[in-house]
Amino acid sequence: MNMNVPSLLQEPRVSLLGNTALLFEAPGEFDLHTQRRIWALADQAMDWPSVAEAVPGMTNLMLIFSEPPRDLEAFERKLFDAWATGEEKQMKPREIEISIAYGGAGGPHLREVAENTGLSVADVVKIHTDPSYTVYAVGSHAGYCYLGGLDSRLFLPRRKVPLVSIPGGSLSIAGMQTGVSASAGPSGWHTIGHAEISFFNPEKRPPALLGPGDIVHFKAESILS
Amino acid sequence: MIEVLSAAPLMTVQDLGRSGFYRYGVCRSGAMDRLALAVGNLLLGNDEGAAGLEIPLPPVKFAFREDVNFALTGADCAAKLDGRPVPPWWAMQAEAGQTLSLAPSRSGTRAYLCLAGGVDVSEVLGSRSTQLREAFGGLEGRPVGKGDLIAATGNDVVLPEDGAGALPPSLALVLPDSSAIVVRVVAAAEYDHYTAASQHAFWNAQWEVTAQSNRAGFRLAGPDLELAHALELRSHGVVPGVIQVPAGGHPIIQLADAATMGGYPKIGTVIEADLWRVGQAKAGDRLQFVEVDYSQALDALAAVRTYLDDLKNQAARLRGASRRWRQA
Repeated sequence: MNMNVPSLLQEPRVSLLGNTALLFEAPGEFDLHTQRRIWALADQAMDWPSVAEAVPGMTNLMLIFSEPPRDLEAFERKLFDAWATGEEKQMKPREIEISIAYGGAGGPHLREVAENTGLSVADVVKIHTDPSYTVYAVGSHAGYCYLGGLDSRLFLPRRKVPLVSIPGGSLSIAGMQTGVSASAGPSGWHTIGHAEISFFNPEKRPPALLGPGDIVHFKAESILS
Repeated sequence: MIEVLSAAPLMTVQDLGRSGFYRYGVCRSGAMDRLALAVGNLLLGNDEGAAGLEIPLPPVKFAFREDVNFALTGADCAAKLDGRPVPPWWAMQAEAGQTLSLAPSRSGTRAYLCLAGGVDVSEVLGSRSTQLREAFGGLEGRPVGKGDLIAATGNDVVLPEDGAGALPPSLALVLPDSSAIVVRVVAAAEYDHYTAASQHAFWNAQWEVTAQSNRAGFRLAGPDLELAHALELRSHGVVPGVIQVPAGGHPIIQLADAATMGGYPKIGTVIEADLWRVGQAKAGDRLQFVEVDYSQALDALAAVRTYLDDLKNQAARLRGASRRWRQA
């Protein structure tokens, strides 16, 4: 899940997920330029007849087959050609501010994060609220956003023992990532706050509140260590 | 309409699953044994993808509140309609007032109860499948419990008098004999990063399905799988069938309710044609992985398609013959 682990890839790589899907991994650094190319590639591939859905990941793209192509080589050539155009998708980002109650019952690991990073609780909150975060991809669970932009001073390994469940709205950090869970589920991350926000509504189109390219700001509504 | 007289845990309404909303983080859901659900539907003259009830842990008891055709497929649960045995993989008519009971499974794990026209619940995001985590789809996004009433959409299909059955997939789509459940796997991106010993172990061990297994995934016990060198991946899309290997070295097969993205190394993917075999495994069962390539995976998928098409045609012919006989 680490976001800016140096990629070993010099060339784009494709691999199979059985006969259900194909995974395309971009070469090079983890950055927004590469991600914009992934978004552009996703838009193109969505129109291909054998593709049911193009699903952007972190500088990669999963293509779920509607009908798995017999001629896989031709399919891969088409994919590499589309990538080679170098097109980047320019988004008109929506910006959203999310109010966070840092610490307290909804952020049980805030103090621990401060101790493990050698920062004060106030500094952790300041460093976490300073940047603008970009939504790179949506996934894992419904409406969950993979955010880029966490300050390296807050990089911490995941917890040794994952929590069986954290509530929806939990703000967590781990590795080089941060995010707010959209529904209750297990988590191996450090939960430092809570937001009252709904990221997903199956009755809406699109059902997810945020999409790739959108910008997220966190605002400290309260801080309890 | 049928009423649930005694419920089994984690019984849910499922169809063949959701597609088209993966990029919003919405997983496939759907039946763990999609083939069994499809067979039940075809026996009833339904669309293959109509919704049915997935019953992972019988015993369970239903009361019919109307005359309606039903089909039972998947696990063999020694079903009885008012005390009369109902053969496995069978469709027949029930009359209002009759009671259908399923005992704990004798073979397989998940039984499917299909009803004429399909279970009548609203589509959410293009599917009637229950999404438990976000609590939508199926019956209000929750498991089906005691006292719940399940409505059938209904159709005008008339079944032969004593019903009609199907040759189970385990007999129609036979794989090499083994003391374990054989499933075919295509190697995945990180396969080559495992030590030779781990690659060998992956194909040759019998992997035990552990108790930490559910609709999201099956955790397997067996030899530790070791990477030849450390590997950190960027999160990417994951589909049912992908076999991830977290740091502990024990594989997890991602299944119907799995997360849509993940970043653990993946050693292989169970082919679509064999996912039902995994879906019928229970804790304590053993799986044996057999390597196939992409084109063999497509051949296997085509064989499943042929099996379903043949079944659909045969079921229609049988209904036609029975109708003509009754009219004569």
